[in-house]
Amino acid sequence: MWDLVLGDRRINSLRLVAPMWNGTRGIHRLGGAVVPEGNQKKERTMLQFLTNHFYDVEALRGYLLQREMSKVHMKNRSFTWLEEQHGPYSAGAFFILKQGGAVKFRDKEWIRPDKYGHFSPEFWNFREVPVEAVDASDCEINYEGLDNLLLLKELQSLSLQRCPHVDDWCLSRLYPLADSLQELSLAGCPRVSERGLACLHHLQNLRRLDISDLPAVSNPGLTQILVEEMLPNCKVVGVDWAEGLKLGPEEQPQDTASPALA
Amino acid sequence: VAHTGRTVGRLGEGDWDGKVSEIKKKIKSILPGTSCDLLPDTSHLPPEHSDVVIVGGGVLGLSVAYWLKKLESRRGGIRVLVVERDYTYSQASTGLSVGGICQQFSLPENIQLSLFSASFLRNINEYLAVTNAPPLDLQFNPSGYLLLASEKDAAAMESNVKVQKQEGAKVCLMSPDQLRNKFPWISTEGVALASYGMENEGWFDPWCLLQGLRQKVESMGVFFCQGEVTRFVSSSQRMLTTDDEMVILKRIHEVHVKMDHSLEYQPVECSIVINAAGAWSAQIAALAGIGKGPPGTLQGTKLPVEPRKRYVYVWHCPQGPGLETPLVADTSGAYFRREGLGSNYLGGRSPIEEEEPDPENLEVDHDFFQEKVWPHLALRVPAFETLKVQTAWAGYYDYNTFDQNGVVGPHPLVVNMYFATGFSGHGLQQAPGVGRAVAEMILEGSFQTIDLSPFLFNRFYLGEKTQENNTM
Repeated sequence: MWDLVLGDRRINSLRLVAPMWNGTRGIHRLGGAVVPEGNQKKERTMLQFLTNHFYDVEALRGYLLQREMSKVHMKNRSFTWLEEQHGPYSAGAFFILKQGGAVKFRDKEWIRPDKYGHFSPEFWNFREVPVEAVDASDCEINYEGLDNLLLLKELQSLSLQRCPHVDDWCLSRLYPLADSLQELSLAGCPRVSERGLACLHHLQNLRRLDISDLPAVSNPGLTQILVEEMLPNCKVVGVDWAEGLKLGPEEQPQDTASPALA
Repeated sequence: VAHTGRTVGRLGEGDWDGKVSEIKKKIKSILPGTSCDLLPDTSHLPPEHSDVVIVGGGVLGLSVAYWLKKLESRRGGIRVLVVERDYTYSQASTGLSVGGICQQFSLPENIQLSLFSASFLRNINEYLAVTNAPPLDLQFNPSGYLLLASEKDAAAMESNVKVQKQEGAKVCLMSPDQLRNKFPWISTEGVALASYGMENEGWFDPWCLLQGLRQKVESMGVFFCQGEVTRFVSSSQRMLTTDDEMVILKRIHEVHVKMDHSLEYQPVECSIVINAAGAWSAQIAALAGIGKGPPGTLQGTKLPVEPRKRYVYVWHCPQGPGLETPLVADTSGAYFRREGLGSNYLGGRSPIEEEEPDPENLEVDHDFFQEKVWPHLALRVPAFETLKVQTAWAGYYDYNTFDQNGVVGPHPLVVNMYFATGFSGHGLQQAPGVGRAVAEMILEGSFQTIDLSPFLFNRFYLGEKTQENNTM
C-alpha cells in the first residue's frame, strides 16, 4: 500500500507543488489551528487535495514536517554540560541568548542578541552572578529546553510571551523556581490553557502574572477569577473578569473603558 | 427516451412509465462503474490472510497495532488486522475511563511504563502525526496525583516513593502540616503521610487518544473489521522438554470472525493472535483452549481476567477545592478530581471484595455513592458535605484476580497467542508502553526497552505474584 510509484507521476506532482512553495511559509505549520484566509485558503485546499491523491506529495509533506520538528529539537538541545565549566547561570544564559531571548544578570544591564543573532561574550565571566530576569518572548523553547532554563535557580522575572511551543506540560515544570520567581508573563502563548495555569499554584512568591490573550483558554473571565483565588498574593493581569458577562437590560455600559460584552 | 414520467392518461398505454423505468434500470446495470450483482459485496469482511490479528480495538489493541507498524523494518512488511466487536465502544473500558496517569506505583516496571506513556502523550503530535489532519489536543491536566496514607500504610508509602524517585518519577512526600498549608480545603484527620506527584501526572481525554491512534493506525495501513471472534482453528504438536516431559504445543492457524447480526463469518489465516479484548479476554483465551486441562497443570491454568464494574459519579459543589486540586486518593480508597472550570468534580471508590457489583450490565447504583463514597469524601474534604450529584456512569475493569497487574507476552503452550490485557484499571495509562513491549516481543523476540518479564503468563502457573501495593 505504501509503494511509491516513481517516474512521471512524481515529476508532475513536484512541478505542481513548486510554484506554491514560495508563497506559503512552511508546508505544515506546527501547533495547527491556524485559520488560513483568502487565497492562502485556496492553496491549502489545493495542497490537501494533492496530498489526498498522490502518495509522493503526502510523503514529501510528512518529511518536511519531520524536518521542522527536528529543527525545534535541535534548538532545545541540552546545554547542561556547560554547567561544570562555566557555572549554571552562564550555561542557562547562553541557551536563552542562542534562542534569541535576552537575559539580565544581577546589577548588570540587559544582554540582547542583535538582529544577526550575535551577543557579547562578557557573560561567560559572570560565574557567581545569578540571572535575575529572562525575556524569552517569541523564542522556540519547548519542554526539553526548559532543562536549560531551570539551571537559573534564582530567577525573579520570566517572560514567555508568544512562545509557540510553550504548553501546559511546560508550565508543570516551573515549580523549581517557586522560591525566587516573582513575575511571570504568558501573554499570547497559543498552547497554554487553563489546565496548565492550574500548576502555577506552586509559585507562591509570584507577585505579577500576565495571562492576557491566551487563545486556548476556554473561558478567560472565569479562569482569571480561579487563578486569582489560587494565588492570593499575586496580581493577575490581562483579563477583565467582566469579559463575557451579559449586562441586564436596565444596565447600560457607562463608559468606553469597559470591554465589549458578549 | 427522455420521458419525464408524467402520466399521459391515454387508454391502453398506462404501463409505459413502468416499462421506461425498467429499461433505464437495465441500461444502468450494464454500464460500467456500477456495482454488478454477479459478485457479492464483501467489503465488510476482513481479509483472508493477515500476519497479525489483534482481537480488541481499544487503546491497548490500537497501541500494539501502532507499534507493530512503527517498528517493522520494511514498510508494509507486516499485515495487521484489528477486530473489534463494537465500533461505538459503548462498553469498552477505554472510553469510560477517568483518564488518569500517574507514576506512583510500587513496581519499577509499572513506573517505567507510566513514565514512557507520559512522554508519549507529551509528544503525541510527533508520534501520531497524520498529514492533513489537525493536531490532537489531549486536554491534559498536569495537576498530579495526591495519595494519602494512614499510619499503617505510611512505611509502605515511604519505600514506594523511594523506588519511584529512583526510576525517575518526580514525587515528593508531604507531612500533614505541609498538606494543610498547600491545600487548605483538606482535612488531615487520619493522614500520616502523603505523596504528591509534581510532574508527568494528571488526567486527559481518553477518547482523543483513541481517535488519534485510530486515525494514525489507519493511515499506516492497518485493516479494521467489525466482527466477533468465534473460533480459533489450531494444530497441536507433541514435544519433549529438556527434562523428557511431554508437552502439547498449540499453534493457531485461523481466526473465524463472525459478522454482526448474521451467521456470516470469514476465516482469517494468521500467524500471530494478540488478545487485547480487555474485560472479555478470558472468553477469547478459552476459545484458544487455554485452561482446558486438569487444574494445577499448565494446560489447566486459566487466564484470571474478569470484568469488574466500577462506578464514576459527577457532582457539583460550589465551594469545593480550587483550580490547583490534584486527583486526590483517600486512605479509604475513595478518589476525586476536578472536572472543568465550573466547580464540577468526579470520583468514586473501589468496592471491597464482598461488595463487588454484578458485571452483567453497566447500570449505575446510586446508593453506592450515598453510603460508600460520600461519607469518606465529606470526611476528607469538609466542603463536600453539600454537593449535588449531576450524573454517573459505570465501566469495566479488566480485573486480574491473581495480582491486579497486566498480562503481557506469549502463552507458554499456545505459542502464537500474545496477551496485552488484565491491567485492572491502569491499562489506559500504560497502553503506549505495553504496546511497544508486545511489538518488540513479536518483532525482535524479547523485550528491548522495558523488561516486562514479571508480567508473563507463566506466573499464574508458578504461583509467583507480581503484586502492586498501590492500586486504586
